[in-house]
Amino acid sequence: MIRFTLGRLVSLTASLIVASIVIFAVVEVIPGDPAAFMLGVNARPDTIAALRAEMGLDEPLIARYAAWVGGMVQGDFGMSWTYKTPVATLIADRIWVSLPLAIYALALSTLVAFPAGIYAASRRGGAGDTAIMGATQLGVAIPNFWFAMILVLVFAINLRWFSAGGFPGWADPWAAIKALTLPAIALALPQAAILARVMRSSLLDMLGEDFMRTARAKGLTHRQALWRHALRNALIPVLTIIGLQFSFLLAGAIIIEQVFFLPGLGRLIFQAISARDLIVVESVVMLLVFTVIMVNFIVDLTYAAVDPRLRARA
Amino acid sequence: MSLLLLKNLSVQIGGTSVLQGINLDMAQGQITAITGESGSGKSMTALAIMGLLPQGAKQQGQILLDGTDIVQTPEPALCRMRGNAMGMVFQEPMTALNPVQTIGAQVAETIRVHENVTKAEAHARAAAMLDRVGLKVAPTRYPHELSGGQRQRVVIAMAIAMRPKLLIADEPTTALDVTTQARILDLLQGLVDEFGMGLLLITHDLAVVADVADRIAVMQHGRIVEHGPTSDLLRTMRHPYTRALFAASTHAVDLPAVQNDAPLLAVRHVMRDYPTKRLSLFGSRPTFRALDDVSLTINRGERVGLVGESGCGKSTLTRAILGLEPVQGGQITLDGAPVLQGELALRRKMQVVFQDPYGSFNPRHRVDRLITEPFHLLDNPPKGAARDQAIAKALADVGLPSDAADKYIHEFSGGQRQRLAIARALIVEPDLIIFDEAVSALDVSVRAQVLDLIADICRKRPLAYLFISHDLSVVRSITDRVLVMQGGKIVESGLTESIFADPQHPYTKSLIAAAPQLPELAHAADAL
Amino acid sequence: MSRNLIIGACLTVLFTGLAALSFLWTPYDIEVLDIPNRLLTPGGAHLLGTDHFGRDILSMVMMGARTSIAVALVAVGIGMGLGMPLGLWAAARRGSLLDDVIMRGNDLVFAFPSLVIAILITAVFGPSAVNAIIAIGIFNIPVFARLTRGAALPLWERDFILAARVSGKGAARISAEHILPNIANLMIVQGTIQFSLGILAEAALSYIGLGAQPPTASWGRMLADAQTLVSIAPHVALIPGFAILLTVLGLNLLGDGLRDWLDPRIRVVRT
Repeated sequence: MIRFTLGRLVSLTASLIVASIVIFAVVEVIPGDPAAFMLGVNARPDTIAALRAEMGLDEPLIARYAAWVGGMVQGDFGMSWTYKTPVATLIADRIWVSLPLAIYALALSTLVAFPAGIYAASRRGGAGDTAIMGATQLGVAIPNFWFAMILVLVFAINLRWFSAGGFPGWADPWAAIKALTLPAIALALPQAAILARVMRSSLLDMLGEDFMRTARAKGLTHRQALWRHALRNALIPVLTIIGLQFSFLLAGAIIIEQVFFLPGLGRLIFQAISARDLIVVESVVMLLVFTVIMVNFIVDLTYAAVDPRLRARA
Repeated sequence: MSLLLLKNLSVQIGGTSVLQGINLDMAQGQITAITGESGSGKSMTALAIMGLLPQGAKQQGQILLDGTDIVQTPEPALCRMRGNAMGMVFQEPMTALNPVQTIGAQVAETIRVHENVTKAEAHARAAAMLDRVGLKVAPTRYPHELSGGQRQRVVIAMAIAMRPKLLIADEPTTALDVTTQARILDLLQGLVDEFGMGLLLITHDLAVVADVADRIAVMQHGRIVEHGPTSDLLRTMRHPYTRALFAASTHAVDLPAVQNDAPLLAVRHVMRDYPTKRLSLFGSRPTFRALDDVSLTINRGERVGLVGESGCGKSTLTRAILGLEPVQGGQITLDGAPVLQGELALRRKMQVVFQDPYGSFNPRHRVDRLITEPFHLLDNPPKGAARDQAIAKALADVGLPSDAADKYIHEFSGGQRQRLAIARALIVEPDLIIFDEAVSALDVSVRAQVLDLIADICRKRPLAYLFISHDLSVVRSITDRVLVMQGGKIVESGLTESIFADPQHPYTKSLIAAAPQLPELAHAADAL
Repeated sequence: MSRNLIIGACLTVLFTGLAALSFLWTPYDIEVLDIPNRLLTPGGAHLLGTDHFGRDILSMVMMGARTSIAVALVAVGIGMGLGMPLGLWAAARRGSLLDDVIMRGNDLVFAFPSLVIAILITAVFGPSAVNAIIAIGIFNIPVFARLTRGAALPLWERDFILAARVSGKGAARISAEHILPNIANLMIVQGTIQFSLGILAEAALSYIGLGAQPPTASWGRMLADAQTLVSIAPHVALIPGFAILLTVLGLNLLGDGLRDWLDPRIRVVRT
């Protein structure tokens, strides 16, 4: 297991390095002169020169890259051009909205999807299975931001159970969670649909395996065999999907924030794009990619913890 | 008092009749074998006894296990019986165990399902049972850490953990090597003696049946065509199918004499290493030696056999001879020219027939395209009418009608596919064919036909071949010379009859001793 | 022909038809604003009503169909066109450094969801439909590469591939003649699924303003504009959403139906 973890850590570091190079290249190299780009076509040469000096753009590329990475590792994400505040502060404020939202949605989707998928697989071909399959077909096809709008229409505007948007801050945790609930449901729905289908098909696969036959021959009832043997094996591929899904959840969260006017990373990025604040864009994208890579790393480790064959193979 | 009594058992699945009027009588402490070819209904009988028939199966008749009729017993009661009064061992040990649970836990589960014991006690008993079946590994291991034979022992331990009165073994050793098979069969016999169980052994291998069983039942098309005590049945076979089955098993092929003496294939001191998993980040990668100083020659028109168990390096040698893989030492030449990176003209002289009749052909191509694939090796492959003629001739040579050319491979049976594989191998008129376990996956009667076909081909044209098989009886009848391989080395070689009559190397001796023998039945059959 | 296949095919044909038709004719010209007639409910002269600028919603749905389908189609094309050869190549050279590099590259791209790629590209080059195509297409490449490699790897172990090698055929030829036809069904089915995912992705990008820009119509943009009107004139928010839902649903059902028809054992990847 140690060897496996070390191997994965090496992989993780390599991915992070390459990802950071890609982001750096796209943001600071491709536009030509980032300073001129940020200030726009009407900027005067001396303003551009001042910004260049402030951003350290006259240094060689490698030095700039090293400075950027070095800064990030220490928590310094640079200074936002638009807000004149450290990017780290901007991110810290916003991340406390986006990250809880993503986790809330992940929890909701797994809580709904697992029982649904297991139930559908155990009643294969029956009315319950067909109903769940139909529901998941719809769930997969619904754009989550549109579903969010419908939720707002029904639950906020008509029923007045929730507010239509905004975020009151974490001072009152219950109010904060309440504000995140409709967004989390909107985010969770398509993911839950996908997860339920994967759970069902994974479980059905396991039900056809030889070791299930062995279990029945030992005297286990169908239900016992399903719970004690099939389920644990079926969870393994489902775990991978959850890991992959997290990146989509994060991306989805950014979009959902627009519907509910949540002050999260999404708002930050889009304002930064309109304002051409490359420094903010660069850092936030790096953070998102970092989160995704970390989550996948954790999923890999969990995978190996659950499946002994993987530990041996490493 | 019968342990197991099947009275007029009939089973239909989805409208098709799979078992008809099965009558069987088994006593305690006896080994009864059910034998027959694929599709005869042997496994269905076993599943019916365990109450594990697929959904929607209809049964008539009675299955009385110690007086209880399984056909009438409801599922919850059957669950109490399974693993307790009756246990079952299946064919595929590699997939029979739950990969994420330790073997100890899986054996302990049988005990905990049927008895109210503490986890510790169940595990202790499980450990004892694993020891009893001869498994020398810790119960905390996972299935993927064990070999096929070891896994099968675990499955047996699970099945007998509660000391059932009846143990059913469905082809328990078919997927195992001949030496492992002998040991597992010994184990089963020992358990029958010690526990006083009844063992219902299902196998297509008649030699195993003759060796081990007290009673035999022969099945064909869902019916038992003949049954009785083993020695009686072997002496006086009444049913024509029984006679045909045993005749096919002991079938001796009539090989023509060897014609030419010139050397064709020369393998000299070949070494082949595979890199294996790194143990540490630094240092060189460890290697596994698959072929260790292997040398052999095959003359034109000579028929050489290669015998060995799984992992001995047979497949590696095949690929090396065909020039598909490089070797790290030594040389392989065909007609003097090296085979690796050989020109097409050289490769034309060698072809191969594989084991798996279902995997040897691209399911999306038609037969005419499939058997002319080797034409890629010719400088001027025949086209148009000449190509059609070549196809028709190739099909005729293997006894298949010419309209086979337009069909897809899934329309043919296993035996027919092997014929097509032989047709594909012959179409460029090679000097050497490698038969890699080419008849191992076939039913015994089909196997006899294919071996006859090979002998026939030898009569019509000079053909040298390397016949690789783990089945000693097949190798004995179809080769002039034989080589024995173990752990990447050739441990013995010589004329076939000499090796079989008087083996020298201890490994050869153990192989021959382990292989179950069918007694000479030719006289008995003729006498009828 | 299962029910899935028929329903799916009908829905797909409907929206593709609307998109194609839009090149020739739409009931109204969407570039003409008609403020006096804004926010009319469906019925009468405007079959699906009008939006806050008085534009005919049916016409916008048709033009939006064109945008969504074009973007998703080209993105699938990019994904398949680049991803499949990469996957085939990696499988043919399994275990080698090339295989490793391709797989690591895949994993790396997977760490950048389409949205993030779109953000990067848009920040530098500005928003447009082309950038949406590139962003979605880039993400499709590792999907197809990984799928192709996964499907091709077990085939390489099969005896009929060995037989082809014995007949002197090289890896490229074997990939084309033997591997590809045997994975074609899987590719077709996955292609329809990726197509449907592309439509969802395009809608999301347009919604946040990173996709096709006005006056080009797009369903996502329609939803963004309708957001503030959802309580006053729900139809403006509901109709484009239904359009997306039905198109995606149709494609998914088509994919499932195709799978059942061609080879029920196929397993698609839905991320």
